[in-house]
Amino acid sequence: MSDTQLASSPLVTGEIRAGVPKVDPILVADGVTRQFGGLTAVDVEHVEIPRGAITALIGPNGAGKTTFFNLLTGFDKPNTGTWTFEGSNLAGVPAFRVARKGMVRTFQLTKSLGRLTVLENMLLGAKEQPGESMLRALVPALWRSRESQIRERAEELLVRFKLDAKRDDYAASLSGGQRKLLEMARALMSEPTLVMLDEPMAGVNPALTQSLLGHILDLKEQGMTVLFVEHDMHMVRHISDWVIVMAEGRIVAEGPPDRVMSDQAVIDAYLGAHHDTDLGSLTEADRAALRAEAEAELEPGTEEKR
Amino acid sequence: MSAPGSARSAARPIGLLVGFLLALAALLSLAPIGALAAEAPAPTPSPTGDFTTTFTVGGVIRSGDEPLEGVEVLVEGDGFSEVGTTGPDGRWSVSLPGRGEYTATLQVETLPEGIAPRDPDNVTRQVNIGTTNTVNVLFPTGEGRVSTTTIWDTVFTRLVYGLNFGLLLALAAIGITLIFGTTGVNNFAHGEMLTFGAIFFYVFTTALGWNVALALIATLALSAAFGWGQDAGLFRPLRRKGVGLVQVLIVTIGLSIVVRYLFLFFFGGGTENVNIGLSSTVSLGPVTITLASLISMGVSVAMLLLVAFFLTRTRIGKATRAVSDNASLAAASGINVDRVIRIVWVMAATLTGLAGILYGLYRGVTWDMGFAILLLMFAAVTLGGLGSAFGALVGSLIIGILTELSTVWIPPDLRYAVALIVLILVLLLRPQGVLGRRERIG
Amino acid sequence: MDWGSIIGNAAGELISPTTAAYALAAIGLSVHFGYAGLLNFGQAGFMAVGAYAFAITTLELGWPVWLAILAAIVASVVFAFVLGVPTLRLRADYLAIVTIAAAEIVRFVVSTVNLTAITGGSQGLSGFARGFDALNPFGDARFGFGPWTYSGEQWWVRVFGWGLVLLATVIVFLLMRSPWGRVVKGIREDEDAVRSLGKNVYSYKMQALVLGGVFGSLAGVVFILPRAVQPGNYGTALTFFIWTALLLGGAATVFGPIVGAMIFWAVLSLTNGVIVGLRDAGVLPFISTTQAGQIRFILVGLALMLLVVFRPQGIFGNKKELSFNV
Repeated sequence: MSDTQLASSPLVTGEIRAGVPKVDPILVADGVTRQFGGLTAVDVEHVEIPRGAITALIGPNGAGKTTFFNLLTGFDKPNTGTWTFEGSNLAGVPAFRVARKGMVRTFQLTKSLGRLTVLENMLLGAKEQPGESMLRALVPALWRSRESQIRERAEELLVRFKLDAKRDDYAASLSGGQRKLLEMARALMSEPTLVMLDEPMAGVNPALTQSLLGHILDLKEQGMTVLFVEHDMHMVRHISDWVIVMAEGRIVAEGPPDRVMSDQAVIDAYLGAHHDTDLGSLTEADRAALRAEAEAELEPGTEEKR
Repeated sequence: MSAPGSARSAARPIGLLVGFLLALAALLSLAPIGALAAEAPAPTPSPTGDFTTTFTVGGVIRSGDEPLEGVEVLVEGDGFSEVGTTGPDGRWSVSLPGRGEYTATLQVETLPEGIAPRDPDNVTRQVNIGTTNTVNVLFPTGEGRVSTTTIWDTVFTRLVYGLNFGLLLALAAIGITLIFGTTGVNNFAHGEMLTFGAIFFYVFTTALGWNVALALIATLALSAAFGWGQDAGLFRPLRRKGVGLVQVLIVTIGLSIVVRYLFLFFFGGGTENVNIGLSSTVSLGPVTITLASLISMGVSVAMLLLVAFFLTRTRIGKATRAVSDNASLAAASGINVDRVIRIVWVMAATLTGLAGILYGLYRGVTWDMGFAILLLMFAAVTLGGLGSAFGALVGSLIIGILTELSTVWIPPDLRYAVALIVLILVLLLRPQGVLGRRERIG
Repeated sequence: MDWGSIIGNAAGELISPTTAAYALAAIGLSVHFGYAGLLNFGQAGFMAVGAYAFAITTLELGWPVWLAILAAIVASVVFAFVLGVPTLRLRADYLAIVTIAAAEIVRFVVSTVNLTAITGGSQGLSGFARGFDALNPFGDARFGFGPWTYSGEQWWVRVFGWGLVLLATVIVFLLMRSPWGRVVKGIREDEDAVRSLGKNVYSYKMQALVLGGVFGSLAGVVFILPRAVQPGNYGTALTFFIWTALLLGGAATVFGPIVGAMIFWAVLSLTNGVIVGLRDAGVLPFISTTQAGQIRFILVGLALMLLVVFRPQGIFGNKKELSFNV
């Protein structure tokens, strides 16, 4: 974290700054804005997500991270803006088409399908199942073979995510951390190219965080690109290759983790006027919050209440 | 998910509710109408509904000796409503779904120019289909006073009627929207609160002959108690038990069935007119309106202003709006959400009971009068934007005026359909309602 | 009290055409609500659409039975689209209000005086079942055993109605254990999650609405075969009775709707028989015959409330596969 650090990175072309072009971007967004009433929640001029890397999208609460996520994945409609994924335009494309193109997301509040079994949750994630058409569904012969392929892949993933013992349980019976794992595993069923995780660590028991981090690193090893939202900087530092910082809807900084964390703009964004406090104590506070959430998690199902 | 423990704990409130309904039944049976219902067997709406016998009501309308063609007579009763039109021979007839009491109303505006009923204040007839299958009704008409009505007069008349109906609807619909706003529940038993007010007011004034002011106070007090009882005996325990919103919605459907058939059981299937001596008419330009309707409009406006004052100026009113906006935030800032909801229930029931009294004066009292306009209330609330009290007022006025005004061009028996079609169109074009905020749609 | 005839009547209700119609309509509702999570409060509207399409094409256009049934199906598909297009993208309770409103619109329109020539106005239509009766393969003789002794014509209606129930059950059974059913059940749980997995949620909801609506429409046809079409029958009360039948049996179960409809009608018949019997025996002298008929609806309402609160999975449903999202 010294000033002698290079002002460049193998991921980018040119000097590191907010909105810097990447060598090989997978997702490029331009002029994306979203207003709620009079409030501008998101106002992103230009951002590129590097391919094959783990990119963290961080920022204080209310910075617009999740809203930006929702916009990119088609779950919300922007007031202005365009963005492309692997060169094809995604603006105005409905959420399910975005997912089919290989850009699959998870949610901050886990969305496990409670009255489906863990295995059914997994099978639902798969693509190209002809039995999902109503008429063909009536003739099992038309979809049985694809079903057994899918099932094989699901079983593999469940073993990898250590959920195989729960395969026939209803997802509602899982703990909060297990649901996060299930949601991630389910997203992988479609063999995506870009995995977008919205606060994958939120509400997860500290004992499970390590394994979650490991799974995220695995995704990169298997050639997938990862973009994830997080507000705990410590988590981010260990696994991300690139960090993008949002505050008040804008992208205020980006760069490799160590460099970003010493960036004055980032510290300002997180701390507002309290310059004397350092980042360490902030993350301590976050830790405490996490512990509280983890305790709440001991009561399974609390967060799934509607 | 109900653990055995919580099931036991909820058994008590259900017992409470049953007790409450029994009390309601006892109250209803106090009135001498029990005997009345036994004398005149009402058509039981049977779900198999195999109406093989035909019942008809009809008559001939003439001016002097000349038969009048195209005159309409509206026959209503027991949720049934149909218009009979005279043919070239002046003859009209309407088939009825079954035995019971109906009203036949001459549609004065359909009389040819220069023709008026002999007795313009008495164009409604009680029809009792008991032992005979066919009943003749006479409306003596002749050349007379209500002479030239232009289309604009008709439109203006309908506007005033629509305003009256819309204001009534608003009184009831504000209750729906407040309950929805604070609890998230679409209350399908809301119509029964309206019927409740109408029936008790009828019982106190007409059946027991009480003084009107006393009857009014007693009815409103009972309505308030009915609202309190529903929340204390049923909905609060369900909230505490954590019963899901869809389940609570179906519970309100069940409650609606129970209460409605209790009304039918004790009140019978006929239409009763509330007689408090306000049937004299007032003429406002081309509009002839009963004194009761005029008073009703005044009362509605006064009550709506009072509600507006309550919501915007009082502490409890502000707390109510805070709970509607965000219940957990309101709870965190020290508002007693349960208390607010209790007040909302009592207030909604009282306002709706009052609407029932006024509607009973306007159209007569039937056991399912509230249920028959429940959908119009929902339409009004949805039009205005679910959860917004001011929206409910605007929506109600739109629905009220629309239903009445549409009868100028569209057959009167389709006027409710018009309101519901408008509802669907609005949802298509502006899902958040006319005044709702976009964020309200999930 | 004549227990023999009371129990005989109740037993007869178990397989009556009306029970078959309720079962079929409840199967449709189970596709809507139990599997796809759609709050349809307008099943009576689907039944009315089916009944009128069948009766009008038969009487006015002289279509043969099979073509009239096809007309009923097509009409309900159109009706489902009309309902679904404005509402399936909105929050769930909007569908509830729009379906109930649309069902009422149908009832108002078919009973309006101006369409009396086509719909029969408030009197409805009759005499459309001749073509159906002509197909009766059982002849005129009465046969059967015990309380289930009927004429050939009566058997034909029952066999036809329950045949349709069986067909619908097999279709739902096959669909719900297929990947299609998995997607639909997923939507019931959380439609955003299913959307994020690349499924066209809107399209699936529409398919479910259409399928359940077609069953409702066929239920309408079965419902009118032994009687006349009468607009008063298609009020909101009919929808609520079908909901009660569905919740009795369990909303997300294969046999729930059938068992629920049978229990609903058998119990309704039993309670009516007992109350009237008690009255005639002088035990309940203050109740008139009409009032005796009304008591059972009070009981239906109470049953609905108690069921939803205490046994939301239905009498036979699996506790884990609840009928409701909690």
